[in-house]
Amino acid sequence: MTVPVLTAGGITKRFGGFIALQNVDLHVNAGERLGLIGPNGSGKTTLINCISGALFNDEGSIEFEGRNITRMPAYQRARLGVARSFQIPKPFRSMSVLENLRVPLEYAAWSRSEHRRITDEAMDVLEQIGLKGRAHENSAGLTQVDMRKLELARALAAKPRLLVSDEAMAGLSSAEVDEILEILLALNRRGVAVIMIEHIMRAVMRFSERVVVLDAGQKIAEGTPEEIVRNPLVERAYLGE
Amino acid sequence: MKGRAFWLSMVAALVAGLLLTHFIDNDYYFNALYVILQGTVMAVAWNILGGFTGYVNFGSAGFFAVGAYTSIALGKAFGQDFPLPIMIMAAALVCGLIGLGLGYLTLRLKGVYFSIATLAMAIVFETLMNNWAYVGGARGAYILTPDSHLWFNSYIEMLFVLMLLLTLGSIAISRALNASRLGRGLAAIRDDEVAAECAGVPTLKLKLISATIMGAMMGVAGAPYPYFVTFVDPASAFSLFVAVNAIAMPMIGGTAHWIGPVIGALLVGTAQQVITVTVSSELNVLFVGIMLVVFISMAPQGIVGLVQKFRARRAR
Repeated sequence: MTVPVLTAGGITKRFGGFIALQNVDLHVNAGERLGLIGPNGSGKTTLINCISGALFNDEGSIEFEGRNITRMPAYQRARLGVARSFQIPKPFRSMSVLENLRVPLEYAAWSRSEHRRITDEAMDVLEQIGLKGRAHENSAGLTQVDMRKLELARALAAKPRLLVSDEAMAGLSSAEVDEILEILLALNRRGVAVIMIEHIMRAVMRFSERVVVLDAGQKIAEGTPEEIVRNPLVERAYLGE
Repeated sequence: MKGRAFWLSMVAALVAGLLLTHFIDNDYYFNALYVILQGTVMAVAWNILGGFTGYVNFGSAGFFAVGAYTSIALGKAFGQDFPLPIMIMAAALVCGLIGLGLGYLTLRLKGVYFSIATLAMAIVFETLMNNWAYVGGARGAYILTPDSHLWFNSYIEMLFVLMLLLTLGSIAISRALNASRLGRGLAAIRDDEVAAECAGVPTLKLKLISATIMGAMMGVAGAPYPYFVTFVDPASAFSLFVAVNAIAMPMIGGTAHWIGPVIGALLVGTAQQVITVTVSSELNVLFVGIMLVVFISMAPQGIVGLVQKFRARRAR
């Protein structure tokens, strides 16, 4: 029995005359690992901007755990349990790594946090992610891979039920990709549904239970990773005729 | 600064101020100190929106002047003996509301566009005051200082102690804000507004709160001004120098920490007074300009930033 945690129906988003998304349906089941792939400019990031509330879709509706969140501002979605990481890391640069996590703990997860134990809770998250040793360092001075981990840690500190990971592995070495992958899998084992946007096929195929493919703002395929690699439409989208 | 040390230094500052009124007879010193303290309130206020939240306001003089004109209008309506504390509260209310309006501008305007809008806002208010005959219009308004000055030796001594209290109050508010959950939300907005929103920070609400507090504090700084100078016209109340000082002081002291604008204001304010007396009053404008350029190009985090850097290096 699968219950959808997120249901997006008929999502259309235009930027002026350009149609970034056209009538896209997407659902994520509770605890599911969904891969979202597509060539550059296919609308992946726009779609998750609509899901997280950074952009409002022009048409269609979005439901999160049975609640209509289509017109809900991003901060309220974060409070309900939608968290995301950014493709280009956006740490709070004036803060230490630990303080970076205090923000989601004190805002997004405030109703679910133990107010007296915020620092402990932040440390717990850093331990899971493997950033504990850097807790008191300034976030602006982190290395690329630690910056990505901080993105995930901050999303995690919001205590989400759905995590959207936007290219958390781009530009990382093979070993680092495995590290991030392990973090996401561990997170998922604790019941968090994950949408993973990624260009690194090895990671997507290993991680995803189901894959959705976007091309030019439309959903062109959906299925298990094995079905997707054999899909001629997908091949054409990536390699051309 | 730890809680107890902070409150002790607050009390010490107040006691020192009261002792000064007891032992010094020359009114000039209180004039000079009043100007420095007024600058401190303005700097602390500016820093709440400009430093903590990251929205640079060029229109400080607008808030300051509207605060002053609130007092003038109330004085005209209810007589010059109308109690000053009520005028200050009225100025806080009026300028707080203007600040709230300014906060809504952040919905559409970011960065330099927001700053330009605040500058324009100050000009709008200046034009309004220029054309409002009731408060003197462009000719300005004369204010008679009331006869009563409580138990102080002179009216300026009372104004000085009043401004000292307002300064300490604004510093306490700024410090509490800086260390609080609200302050962390503001810092998140300053660092990255989109990421803040996605971390659950209600960015608009926090920006409105920040802008309202900033406006109210600046109004408070401006409210006793007519009784200090006894003549106010739009050109002097809306002086660009007020706005420049309100920006320069936090920038020089350091904007991220509550103590930055306090250090900056005391340093720059005192230097200005000294230069005015020993060299010339025109030169002190030049001095602020040069200090600002030096700090922005060589120590963008201000004095607080320099100290933090020095400490970090020593810890290693």
